[in-house]
Amino acid sequence: MYLSVIYILWLRQLKRYMRSRSRIIVSVAQPMLFLVAFGFGFGPIYAKAGGGDYIQFLAPGVIVMAILFTAMFSGIEVIWDKQFGFLKETLVAPVPRLAIVFGRTLGGATVAILQGFIVFLITFLVGFHPQSAEMVIISSLFMFLIALLFTTLGTAIASRLNNMQAFPLVINLLLMPMFFLSGALFPIDTLPTMLALVVKSNPLSYGVDAVRDTLVGIGHFGLATDITVLLVVTAIVIVVSAYLFEKIEA
Amino acid sequence: MSIISVKKLTKKFGDLTAVDDVSFAVKKGEIFAFLGPNGAGKTTTIKMLTTLLEPTSGTILMNDIDVIKNPRDARKSFGIVFQDPSLDTELTAYENMEFHAVLYGLSRKLAKERIDTLLDLLELFPRKDDFVKNFSGGMKRRLEIARGLLHHPKVLFLDEPTLGLDPQTRNHMWQYIKELNRNEEVTVFFTTHYMEEADRVANRVAIIDHGKIIKEGTPASLKEETNATTLEDAFLALTGSTIRPEEASLLDHMREGARMWRRR
Repeated sequence: MYLSVIYILWLRQLKRYMRSRSRIIVSVAQPMLFLVAFGFGFGPIYAKAGGGDYIQFLAPGVIVMAILFTAMFSGIEVIWDKQFGFLKETLVAPVPRLAIVFGRTLGGATVAILQGFIVFLITFLVGFHPQSAEMVIISSLFMFLIALLFTTLGTAIASRLNNMQAFPLVINLLLMPMFFLSGALFPIDTLPTMLALVVKSNPLSYGVDAVRDTLVGIGHFGLATDITVLLVVTAIVIVVSAYLFEKIEA
Repeated sequence: MSIISVKKLTKKFGDLTAVDDVSFAVKKGEIFAFLGPNGAGKTTTIKMLTTLLEPTSGTILMNDIDVIKNPRDARKSFGIVFQDPSLDTELTAYENMEFHAVLYGLSRKLAKERIDTLLDLLELFPRKDDFVKNFSGGMKRRLEIARGLLHHPKVLFLDEPTLGLDPQTRNHMWQYIKELNRNEEVTVFFTTHYMEEADRVANRVAIIDHGKIIKEGTPASLKEETNATTLEDAFLALTGSTIRPEEASLLDHMREGARMWRRR
């Protein structure tokens, strides 16, 4: 089938990532800031309120953050390729556009999860310790699903935009509320009803919940709900993204 | 037998009609030049032929495939060298070629053989492992051409392939393309600004202006009809301002100037 096409697109994405060291460092910096500032800033208050070790609660959220940001921003490569013309090379090739979207997103998702792992390793430095090694593996599966979902979303948005300046603005408009209202930074059991509703309708909340549940055993929705929501939303976004990508004209 | 058959092709961008009810046919195994002043509709036509743009109306048949209804099958029949850059500058020259080979399903062995031959032909072999971002404009152009020739398509589209290349490289390139045309019956459809190139290489030319084809024939017949000694003079006679003075623009005046200069 078109496996070699998917592979070469994936490989291209990875090569580009490995070759830009500044990109690796910059995208780790922001999650680090959250980990240190929030972790040590709110840690004592959180403990005083009876929540326990805040780093244990926060670290999974920050790992997801690293994945989320890298994944969404990877869409800019589509715009990049439009601007520099490389997209045309893939658009006239005799392969289904679906294979192209899939190869690209798989590449972007792999880069995102690598970023997540880098941040994961760094969390150990501030005292984070996951419950068990087996659960870390299960957790990585969820991380991959999150990476895939948001890379696809970023690609879908990029397919509709032609402007390198507009993309970060649109993405930030989505990213910030999505991240802050996902339960990555605070527990969601005690939120006011209205806010809890918003959090519940945010697909990222289920990703954060799943990663936290598997890494440290603190869960809210339950893993079955998490995986169902993530799979359904990912499937929808993939279909929409493939459709939008099919419509691109050069 | 025609390998490309275009009927009543039209493309509108809002109020602007870029390609206006154009019909033509390209025979199998022929080298066909598509000529026209800037903005005449050449690139828009090529984009429609290569599935990158959907026409407003009309039909395109390529290799017996309906290009508009069945773009993916049509893509199997052609290769294209774009007018604008379309390389990944973060990859090396070799990686760009490899990427293309995989997209077009070439076997590893065949790909390696052809990549080496083509890089050598276009004098890029010693730089094959350098990043394209470190290449000069001419080298990038050469790499684009090498890549376009990699999969030996049935129809090869070349949109201004030789722009900015020195005569030596142009000569090499056309030699290779002519061989490809002879040995593998590859049909070549190209646009160019170098009229003497079209005169030398093309079996047939079509001249397009304001989105319409105004003349079609062999270079010799066009010269004869216009009483010109070179194809360039024939081109200017057909597209210059004298035939539509009411529309004379700055560009027409410049063309007229160029004409006077040549006739001195």
